Amino acid sequence: MSHPIGTSADGPSGTAGPGVPAGDSGTATLTAPQPAGERGAGREVILELKDLNVSYGNIAAVKDLNLTVYEGEIVTLIGSNGAGKSTTLRTISGLLKPRSGDVVFKGRRINGIPGHDVVKLGICQSPEGRKIFQRMTVSENLDLGAFVRKDADGIARDRERVLELFPRLRERIDQKAGTMSGGEQQMLAVARALLGNPSLLLLDEPSMGLAPVLVDLIFETIETIRSQGTTVLLVEQNALAALEIADYAYVLESGHLNMQGPAAQMLADDSVAAAYLGG
Amino acid sequence: MTALAIGGTNRKAKIRLGPIVERVLGILILLFAVYWIVINAIDGPDQFVGSVLVGLQNGALYALVALGYTMVYGIIELINFAHGDLFMLASIVAANLMVNVLGVGDLTTATILPLIVALVVCMAFGAFVNVSAEFLAYRRLRTAPKLAPLMTAVGLSFVFRGIAQQDYINGSTQKNWPVNWGGPIIEGVYVYKLLLVLVVTIPLLLAMTYIVARTRRGKAMRAVAQDQDGARLMGINVNGTISFTFALGGALAGAAGVLYFLVQTQTYYDTGTQLGLIAFTAAVLGGIGNLTGAVVGGVAIGLVQALNEGGAHGLGSNWSQSLVFIILIVLMVFKPEGIFGRRTTEKV
Repeated sequence: MSHPIGTSADGPSGTAGPGVPAGDSGTATLTAPQPAGERGAGREVILELKDLNVSYGNIAAVKDLNLTVYEGEIVTLIGSNGAGKSTTLRTISGLLKPRSGDVVFKGRRINGIPGHDVVKLGICQSPEGRKIFQRMTVSENLDLGAFVRKDADGIARDRERVLELFPRLRERIDQKAGTMSGGEQQMLAVARALLGNPSLLLLDEPSMGLAPVLVDLIFETIETIRSQGTTVLLVEQNALAALEIADYAYVLESGHLNMQGPAAQMLADDSVAAAYLGG
Repeated sequence: MTALAIGGTNRKAKIRLGPIVERVLGILILLFAVYWIVINAIDGPDQFVGSVLVGLQNGALYALVALGYTMVYGIIELINFAHGDLFMLASIVAANLMVNVLGVGDLTTATILPLIVALVVCMAFGAFVNVSAEFLAYRRLRTAPKLAPLMTAVGLSFVFRGIAQQDYINGSTQKNWPVNWGGPIIEGVYVYKLLLVLVVTIPLLLAMTYIVARTRRGKAMRAVAQDQDGARLMGINVNGTISFTFALGGALAGAAGVLYFLVQTQTYYDTGTQLGLIAFTAAVLGGIGNLTGAVVGGVAIGLVQALNEGGAHGLGSNWSQSLVFIILIVLMVFKPEGIFGRRTTEKV
């Protein structure tokens, strides 16, 4: 199955838009790490959104979204403010109920499952605004990340693993989380999500408000997390940085899927650059 | 976010007198309070002892009820105005259960079993009513403006009072129950009453502290109090945790109802409003949302009231409520977050 870069302004998306014939993707001129036609070859689909519609009251936030994540991928969902990116992640995590459409995780329909049970399935999120527990210590925050787990050994191992990923957190382990800098709080939010031992990690704007050097660190860490076997769905406004580490990208605009394709192709595509990468 | 947010209004304002003047003034007021306590103790040692015992007894009751206010406020920032009236209903249940059902008349060490039965039943009653109120009323209003659940709580308070006021429940006058106390009396205080109150209250307070500080449920409560979405993303059942908090608060109010009935041997539909307001004040004084603060605030108010009413240099019972609130006002001026309340240091 091919996933061409195309525009699908309306109607069910995921199909090739006008002007871009299906099968025309993966051309030799584009430097894709893997030909687009082979996306997910030999891999299981871990997450699938089918014709997803989510609204706040009468305002539709996500419209007919189709999205697929294969095991072991970094998939990024980019788009401007208010495009519906966070809404999509909140729906996957069960914090919002879709108006219609399905969220399918590992072959199981999970919309309608309450948020606190979604975590047990292996979907953890580092949410927008971090939502760490400010008046608790770093250590207590990490403990809460493993709230649903019973395997003490596994928790201890994962705790060690995240403290190696973010040595800064080890230095601050007994500090109240609310007193840390924004970058440290972001690290904590990601580390806390990892302690749930997710098979799918949802990251909402992990680079928001961070100094450039910290942004690099966060993105490097995301690659490390993937190399350690966790699938990542990454929501970003920093499209350039996201596309650099992602395998595949979806572009949302006003709740619609506007474009999708291998991240490397998007990076190389002039029209994408003009629209989303600041020229 | 802030230590005190009443009806959606953040209370950050604080009279700025300059740090030095402020400190000196604060210390002077504290010294005066200490002086007042000391001269009471010197000029009327017997009355002083009696007052302290009475103060402890009442303070323990205030603490039990104050915990219910502070825990609910801590988790969903709701001032549950119906809480005092829940306590009042529990005292009526306790009275009817012990006197009419279990046939308790004279209170001696032999009545321990009915007492335990009454405690269990009333704690279950308090928990059930409180959880139901949350489920039926407050939960629907969780995303509504803060005034909506607040007014619902006020309304519920009137409903509870109305129920108690019915002739077949308790009637609109004070109802005295034929319960007689035996045992030694020190300075007008029945020692058994005091012991009973302390023996029931202290383990309950310790258990509550343990649950909140050490258990998985307690950890979930603290997480939900700080960030509901964050807690949900950790796999914490937010609704379940809030219900659990209401259950704990209701159970404490139930226990307080039993003790109140046994100490005062009377029930009255208006008890909850008066004692509830004092208990709420105790929670604010100690720092609302803080469990230790509620207990310290409750005992402190109990002691101040008792000393004022029974001490050698007290102003008399007419001034009791006024004195409590003057202390509250002064403390709020100097320390708006309460004795143990937290200052807001979070970064956003």
